[in-house]
Amino acid sequence: MTSDSNPLRYANQPDAEGRFGPYGGRFVAETLMSALADLESMYRRLSQDADFQREFDEDLANYVGRPSPLYEARRWSDEIGGARIFLKREDLNHTGAHKVNNTVGQALLAKHMGKPRVIAETGAGQHGVATATIAARLGLECHVFMGADDVQRQSLNVYRMKLLGATVVPVTAGSATLKDAMNEAMRDWVTNVDDTFYIIGTVAGPHPYPMLVRDFQCVIGREARAQCLERNGRLPDALVACVGGGSNAIGLFHPFLNDESVAMYGVEAGGLGVETGQHAAPLSAGTPGVLHGNRTYLMQDEDGQIIHTHSVSAGLDYPGVGPEHSWLKDIGRVNYVAANDDEALEAFHTLTRVEGIMPALESAHALAYAQKLAATMSPEQHIVVNLSGRGDKDILTVAALEGIEV
Amino acid sequence: MSRIAQTFTALREQGRKAVIPYIVAGDPLADITVDLMLSLVAAGADIIELGVPFSDPMSEGPVIQRGHERALEKGVRLRTVIETVAAFRKHNATTPVLLMGYANPVEHMGYEAFADRAHEAGVDALLTVDVPPEEVAGLNSALRRVGMDNIFLIAPTTPAARMDLIASEASGFIYYVSLKGVTGAGHLDQASVAEQVSEIRTHSDLPVCVGFGIKDGPSAAAVARVADGVVIGSALVQRLADVAQEGGDAMAIRDAAAALVGEIRQHVDGVTGSA
Repeated sequence: MTSDSNPLRYANQPDAEGRFGPYGGRFVAETLMSALADLESMYRRLSQDADFQREFDEDLANYVGRPSPLYEARRWSDEIGGARIFLKREDLNHTGAHKVNNTVGQALLAKHMGKPRVIAETGAGQHGVATATIAARLGLECHVFMGADDVQRQSLNVYRMKLLGATVVPVTAGSATLKDAMNEAMRDWVTNVDDTFYIIGTVAGPHPYPMLVRDFQCVIGREARAQCLERNGRLPDALVACVGGGSNAIGLFHPFLNDESVAMYGVEAGGLGVETGQHAAPLSAGTPGVLHGNRTYLMQDEDGQIIHTHSVSAGLDYPGVGPEHSWLKDIGRVNYVAANDDEALEAFHTLTRVEGIMPALESAHALAYAQKLAATMSPEQHIVVNLSGRGDKDILTVAALEGIEV
Repeated sequence: MSRIAQTFTALREQGRKAVIPYIVAGDPLADITVDLMLSLVAAGADIIELGVPFSDPMSEGPVIQRGHERALEKGVRLRTVIETVAAFRKHNATTPVLLMGYANPVEHMGYEAFADRAHEAGVDALLTVDVPPEEVAGLNSALRRVGMDNIFLIAPTTPAARMDLIASEASGFIYYVSLKGVTGAGHLDQASVAEQVSEIRTHSDLPVCVGFGIKDGPSAAAVARVADGVVIGSALVQRLADVAQEGGDAMAIRDAAAALVGEIRQHVDGVTGSA
């Protein structure tokens, strides 16, 4: 396939209308269209601006703590007895996950656009915490929308956000989870569009969000690629990352897309099993549609209504996925697979006990699949897994699932 | 000429303005909608805007969100809304019906299939809140094929240059959103509405109707001074929900709808002095 070997093919996505093949675009109410146009033109200008890039890079180095290490999980790899597994340690970032790479970037955009107020949606609370953190640092007013059910389940992160000075707004509409929090954030933005910057936490939403969130997260893959070449003298054979909205996965994958020898696996939340219907795996079992400003694979019923999702991990519990992933699935560049709740929980325990690293339940989905994949490969082969966040936030969830009172 | 164009032509000849009530199909009772539509027409509605319930109505305030949730719980879906319009058409062949909703149910049915089924049922127009002109090509070609109108929103944040783009895709009428916000929010600023409506008229010859923020007769009358029509949504949906909540039967709900739309009709006609 000639077009596949064209190195510009991936770099040029999305097109001027924000489309990745048939996916993406701008499906929002008219009130927001000029705000999106302003954001896009500001972003296109600043992304070419050396001073802005230097400011972003300095924040990543000195505030986030980048570059994050590439750690070889030797004991775990030996136990599996297959490929050598390397972990990209996004869990060591300030605030404990990859989310902060993006919030640092978008908050700088907000500052340059003169917006004194930022809003965000959050599921497990990691993006909310990352947004509240950067808002505190820049002195911005911050409102975080969170499903009422998630407010109950993630009370520790709610308190963290409040300590950071953010207002946490519980959302009771719909299913009271992440998708409803995103609806409510959109409603707030429509109402306060003049003074408010909406910091979307993943590579979804209307153009230009999937593009700019990807660009801010690509630091993960650029570092990992350089670290592999420096340490091993060659590229890895496979990349594995979990996919909810898909920001950590696109951040790892994108800088490798033109490296045809590198296989890629995006791991969705299989919940109780994709065959049960109780999951959050739109790429594995959904169909294309329009939600939250973009066309992408969705979990929907036969009438185009969005259906409830299930995952042990609040951060993956979302019925859509970033539009670039939908396109990468259709063209076959990335393989999308699923790991179930129980597999993720087992991987959570395994990595904690064997490597002394407690992964977030989201990242544990990637680990669960990587373990299966590694077993089919040889010790001469290398896998890089994105360890997108740390598991401290999930301790109470894991304990409750196992009937332990902490 | 489409039913919507005919309606505005007739109104213009009479020197009157359009009254456009919005209800959510299947709300507040599952089987009330056809009768309710007939009551709205009898009370003076010129066009009926029928909300198509969606699981994620991002542009709606809490009142209409709850209307969508109630309708979904009763099993109301795009295909049943189309059937409702077909049932209404057995009693009324002249009042235009506009479906207002979100992209995904229409996408999922398929643009061509939607256009065929809606047109056959007697639907006159579609307003998809989350399909701006940049994304409308496929949908509009399907609607045009069957002669249905596509109603677009213009917002207070729409720059003049975009108005030309919207005007090039719109037909039927232009719907001016009187405030930044979701449905049912805030109070409209009459002076800014007047200014924006006259700006829109320099970009399009279509009638301009105004919605979002119209609550009662006086606020409708204020808007009718400058616009070709007024849309009343959240205030009506709330009134009907309240009557149902208090145990009112279908007749009580229809009476309440007729009373509010009748009041609006009177105030709007008072403005033009033709009632």
